[in-house]
Amino acid sequence: MQKEYTVTVYTEDRIGITNRITIIFTRRGINITSLTTAETEIPGVYKFIITVMSTREKLDKVVGQIERLIEIHRAFVHEEEEVVYQELALYKISTRSLDTGDIERLIRENQARILTITADYFVIEKTGHQQELTDFIKKLEPYGLIEYSKSGRVAIVKWSRRFHEHLKELQAVPES
Amino acid sequence: MQQKDVLPMKAEEADKRLAAKPVISGAEAVIRSLIAEGVDTIFGYPGGAIMPIYDALYDFQDKVHHILVRHEQGATHAAQGYARSSGRTGVAFATSGPGATNLVTGLADAYMDSTPMVCITGQVGAALLGTDAFQETDVIGITMPITKWNIQVTRQEDIPGAIAKAFYIARSGRPGPVLVDITKNAQFGEFEYEYIPCTAIRSYQPVPQLNQDAVTAAAAVINEAKKPFLLVGHGVLLSGAEKALIALAEKAQIPMASTLLGLSAVPVDHPLYVGMLGMHGNYGPNVLTGECDTLIAVGMRFDDRVTGDVESYANKAKVIHIEIDAAEINKIIKADVALHADAKTALEALLEEVNPASHEEWLAEFQAAHQKEYDKVQHRELYPEAGELKMAEVIRLISEKTKGEAVLVTDVGQHQMVASRYYRFKNPNTNITSGGMGTMGFSLPAAMGAKMGTPEKEVVAIIGDGCFQMTLQELGTIYQSKIGVKIVILNNNFLGMVRQWQQLFFDKRYSSTEMVNPDFVQIAKGFYIPGKKITAREDISAAIDEMLAHNGAYLLEVVVEKEDNVFPMVPAGAPIANIRLE
Repeated sequence: MQKEYTVTVYTEDRIGITNRITIIFTRRGINITSLTTAETEIPGVYKFIITVMSTREKLDKVVGQIERLIEIHRAFVHEEEEVVYQELALYKISTRSLDTGDIERLIRENQARILTITADYFVIEKTGHQQELTDFIKKLEPYGLIEYSKSGRVAIVKWSRRFHEHLKELQAVPES
Repeated sequence: MQQKDVLPMKAEEADKRLAAKPVISGAEAVIRSLIAEGVDTIFGYPGGAIMPIYDALYDFQDKVHHILVRHEQGATHAAQGYARSSGRTGVAFATSGPGATNLVTGLADAYMDSTPMVCITGQVGAALLGTDAFQETDVIGITMPITKWNIQVTRQEDIPGAIAKAFYIARSGRPGPVLVDITKNAQFGEFEYEYIPCTAIRSYQPVPQLNQDAVTAAAAVINEAKKPFLLVGHGVLLSGAEKALIALAEKAQIPMASTLLGLSAVPVDHPLYVGMLGMHGNYGPNVLTGECDTLIAVGMRFDDRVTGDVESYANKAKVIHIEIDAAEINKIIKADVALHADAKTALEALLEEVNPASHEEWLAEFQAAHQKEYDKVQHRELYPEAGELKMAEVIRLISEKTKGEAVLVTDVGQHQMVASRYYRFKNPNTNITSGGMGTMGFSLPAAMGAKMGTPEKEVVAIIGDGCFQMTLQELGTIYQSKIGVKIVILNNNFLGMVRQWQQLFFDKRYSSTEMVNPDFVQIAKGFYIPGKKITAREDISAAIDEMLAHNGAYLLEVVVEKEDNVFPMVPAGAPIANIRLE
């Protein structure tokens, strides 16, 4: 059955690695719904966090093919309950709305915060799951939402301790 | 500026130069790095963006033999043939743009068939990258899905490291093709050269650790088996596991069948060898896959041409899959016991734990099936007494006259299946064909490469009339480089395999499959290669003798039955037990 999965991939820092990974999803006709990547705590090792709608069976095979790539350390498929995850959204609102209503209370109640204020607009930041972030849009609309931007998923895997110990050992090993 | 030598360097001068650790150009570093990797033959074609490398090559002609092909696709197939016959890594050179894109077919073919190959392409200068400069193509982007690894080098000091990694990756683990793209500025730039071979990459574990518990589990399944069946794949040849495989089969008396690429790992006359698997394989192995209770698949990947309909494949069997590439395990067929390991290591470990056994009744089932196929199909194919010449009888004669010891390089189509079915391979690595990709035009350049890789062996290319016309320009290479390959064209004036499908599945609507062919012998003559055309049964034996006796390249055209079909056959996607004998 198709559902949302999180795929994590640990890679070396190489030009084109994103392309190599995404080609494998493309070949099997799987659409990537979000992709986040950044360096891990181990210098030179990057972590890709990919969310997709697919089946477990298909993704287990995709992960095998990703791991076949030379510059990949490991790749994993995670069920919803195996990961702690958050996304980050920014909302740009007209500064005039500050005068008219109780938007500050709304921001507090939704665990959001104001990042910056200019004469024309201010920017609110909120982290949470995708649904919370999009629900918050609806609440902000009456105040004049100018622009909205959201990150992909950032996830921590509940059981990944042993793998991270392995990654730390790599620090001692030269890259090639 | 020092004046350049007009003549190439002599070997001793080259040796002296190699011993030093001087400041040299990136182009020279390419050649020195290849020599350090033991490369003695390069197949390639020069052009603007790779000219500095060709210039550097000029000084090392006594060390490295460059074969000037007539098309870059030919360079890749030649490198593949070289690699597959010799067990070493094949090397091809091409320039940027069209030179590089012409490598694509060969790279994809080598990727599908796990052939170790390193291709080096020239690229426009780094400052021009991404500007749509003359003959600039994103060859890295294009070849990403069809190479095991590729890299673009833009700085001369990175060249030795990139080449060292390229060779390590190409030949280790599950082998495959690698492409190194080198910008022109890096070829010209100078630096202090040093070569350190690559022995490890921290994100890459080519040879997995053998899991002893899995070996014990697999042995337990085999020891319980009443009807075990061994499938021999290309991985057996790649890991040199032939002896271990045969020892295991003999100890437990297990019948062995081969995939197309596994052919020649087991001598065809071995009493436990029961034939080829798959769409045009033998009747017994296909039908009895459905009857076996234990399937031991070694170094093979359950290609759809082998399995047919996967739902009905080996339904009664516990599957033991020995495979070095983890991504292949459970990809098509679920393994009950997976041995993620090098084939030789795994088979040697299994041999220790497997009990001696005999499965006489089970083996008799294969013999009965073989007899059925022989009576219905093989006899009339191999020994026809009237009518037009048959492909099978030509292959039988070549097999007899070469004692099964030639390196057989086949192209793609009916002749390929007939040759694979009827050539009686005796020694490992003597079957070279395009399996996974099914690349028409493969065999003429691949045969050239095979002859360069194993000059002591007789190399015979078996080619269909359609395939021959895809890469026949390589006759020029064969002549220029004096490569003594024997070329046999089985000419039925059709794209035979497509025609067979049209006959069986498209109501004989022969859409664009009939060929009006040129005079092949005359064409060979134009390339100064002698040849002969045979149309009558009584002339074929003497003609093959003449070809084999000839010192050097020779082309033999045999006009064969126009509408001959290859049977047995499993229709695409059908259960393999539905194999048709007629």
